[in-house]
Amino acid sequence: MSGHSYDAENYWKANLRLIFGSLVVWFLVSCGAAMIFRPMLSGISVGGTDLGFWFAQQGSILTFIVLVFFYAWRMNKIDEQFGVSEE
Amino acid sequence: MSQFAINILFVGASFLLYIGIAIWAKAGSTKDFYVAGSGIHPITNGVAIGADWMSAASFISMAGLIAAGGYANSTFLMGWTGGYVLLAMLLAPYLRKFGKFTVPEFIGDRYYSDNARMVAVICLIVASVTYVIGQMAGAGVAFSRFLEVDSTMGLIIAAVVIFFYSVMGGMKGITYTQVAQYCVLIVAYTIPAVFISLQLTGNPIPALGMFSNHADSGIPLLTKLNQVIMDLGFSKYTADVDNKLNMVLFTLTLMIGTAGLPHVIIRFFTVRKVTDARWSGGWALVFIALLYLTAPAVASMARLNIMTTIYPDGTDAAPILYEDRPNWIKEWEVTGLIQFEDKNNDGRIQYYNDSEAFAPEAEARGWEGNEFSYNRDILVLANPEIANLPGWVIGLIAAGGLAAALSTAAGLLLAISSAISHDLIKGRFNPNISDKGELLAARISMAVAIVVATYLGANPPGFAAQVVALAFGIAAASLFPALMMGIFSKRVNNVGAIAGMLAGLVFTLCYIFTYKGWLFIPGTNNLADTPENWVMGISPLSIGAIGAIINFAVAFAVSRATAEPPQEIQELVESVRYPRGAGAAQDH
Repeated sequence: MSGHSYDAENYWKANLRLIFGSLVVWFLVSCGAAMIFRPMLSGISVGGTDLGFWFAQQGSILTFIVLVFFYAWRMNKIDEQFGVSEE
Repeated sequence: MSQFAINILFVGASFLLYIGIAIWAKAGSTKDFYVAGSGIHPITNGVAIGADWMSAASFISMAGLIAAGGYANSTFLMGWTGGYVLLAMLLAPYLRKFGKFTVPEFIGDRYYSDNARMVAVICLIVASVTYVIGQMAGAGVAFSRFLEVDSTMGLIIAAVVIFFYSVMGGMKGITYTQVAQYCVLIVAYTIPAVFISLQLTGNPIPALGMFSNHADSGIPLLTKLNQVIMDLGFSKYTADVDNKLNMVLFTLTLMIGTAGLPHVIIRFFTVRKVTDARWSGGWALVFIALLYLTAPAVASMARLNIMTTIYPDGTDAAPILYEDRPNWIKEWEVTGLIQFEDKNNDGRIQYYNDSEAFAPEAEARGWEGNEFSYNRDILVLANPEIANLPGWVIGLIAAGGLAAALSTAAGLLLAISSAISHDLIKGRFNPNISDKGELLAARISMAVAIVVATYLGANPPGFAAQVVALAFGIAAASLFPALMMGIFSKRVNNVGAIAGMLAGLVFTLCYIFTYKGWLFIPGTNNLADTPENWVMGISPLSIGAIGAIINFAVAFAVSRATAEPPQEIQELVESVRYPRGAGAAQDH
């Protein structure tokens, strides 16, 4: 891949958009639901405690897994779409 | 068969397995040695990253840390997993595409500067050495505890085993032993956890059991735990934290630091192509999560177990007689990890929080001080005995703890030795060295690194205890931003990157040293390390995230004011962004 072809630029933009969206979720579950917004979510009870606690000890980790797989799957599709995949 | 014999059997068998793998996976070239020939399957790599990542601290200490801190220490769970999201999206695929052998090499090439490469080498060595000392010391402790040998002797045995497979096999040997080590450690961790969860909640999956009802009382387990510990003056397990800024920054520091740790990053160089690097990030998280989702369950259940063992008839009734204490307390008392002192001479174990707030109640009950204390590591180490599991499970825990320590130590030692042989010897002093010569240099560097790490593990210097501050702080404030900007910005140039790394590093270290002592020498701190003294309530352990922001800001500002990177560097940045043409790591 060389130079600034139109497609190459759009490919990179698509990647940046995907990363940005994923990192927003990443931030919202960990720093958001599990910490900053925990008091607001305290009304929702989960097994003897509240939703924020569940996010802090389980939910954010589960979300991280989904995010990384989703990113890998979407990116591979985008690679194909823009014709930059390895094979 | 005695417990000692069972432990020897399990540990011995696991060591034979590792040595067998070492003989099978001998490295033939520098490419084998540094990146396992770049032919590792993404799932295999995910498993190896899991073992590489989960250290003696994750295996033995993390559950105890969470048990003691409750909600407040969830930061470790999120921080040490969330970093993989950053790694998988912001670094791993592009660094794999770049296709070289070490982290400093990318920084040196991208910023067309030997000085940048040297700054990266120094950061890598300080972070990794701090980290490896703890692993070696942990291996020594695990040996002495389970195999009744002196801990220095245990350390030397551990070093010999690591020496065997890492000097011979390099990354190739390390990868396959890490796969075996992961299997040992995850089985060892999960089995006792499943049984404890079944006993307490009837649910075989600990992560679900934690949020189920407590079988004996019929109320949710966490509610029960809160009640019991608050009755004895401890703070509520699920209590919220007041200082959210510090909590968020600490979590971010662990996340960014995780993504910037070289021994984790180089594991992504071992896969065949860019898509594999993306997938292996996901698999790594799955294998890490198997332990990390279980750890908080072990934490809450083991803490409740200890409480109900000491107060079998409820917290309002008298605690257990010392005479009647269960066997596992007797056994672990011998090691000094559990301590009892009958302060009021009533023959019972009074275990409560010696706080001012609880003093009136303690006095009313005729208690004269807390009489019971335990080392936090007990929660994992004594788990099988608390759950009345057979001796072979204890043997498994011994092998598992050692597997966790050895696998992480080997990964770190490889990062250190490849920085020395590839970045220093080949990169700086002898660029014309042959592949054979470099392979020999890599083996010798590895051997020296093992000897030095073993010595420091036996005689840990003051900074060794500061793994979280030093290793994660440095990785977050210096390495991660430099790597990320190298991929996501074409404008950041050599001067900007070096200025940014140094600014982030110096700022972070100064803040840490101000509270922890200069070079961690006791008594040289300018301010006491207490929350009242922290700037805006930010603890020295949380400062890495701010250091990272400073690194980014300085690098951008300085780059703007100086010349743009040359055309071929901009083309290099362009090329790492597109997967096509990754192929094998280049020999060069």
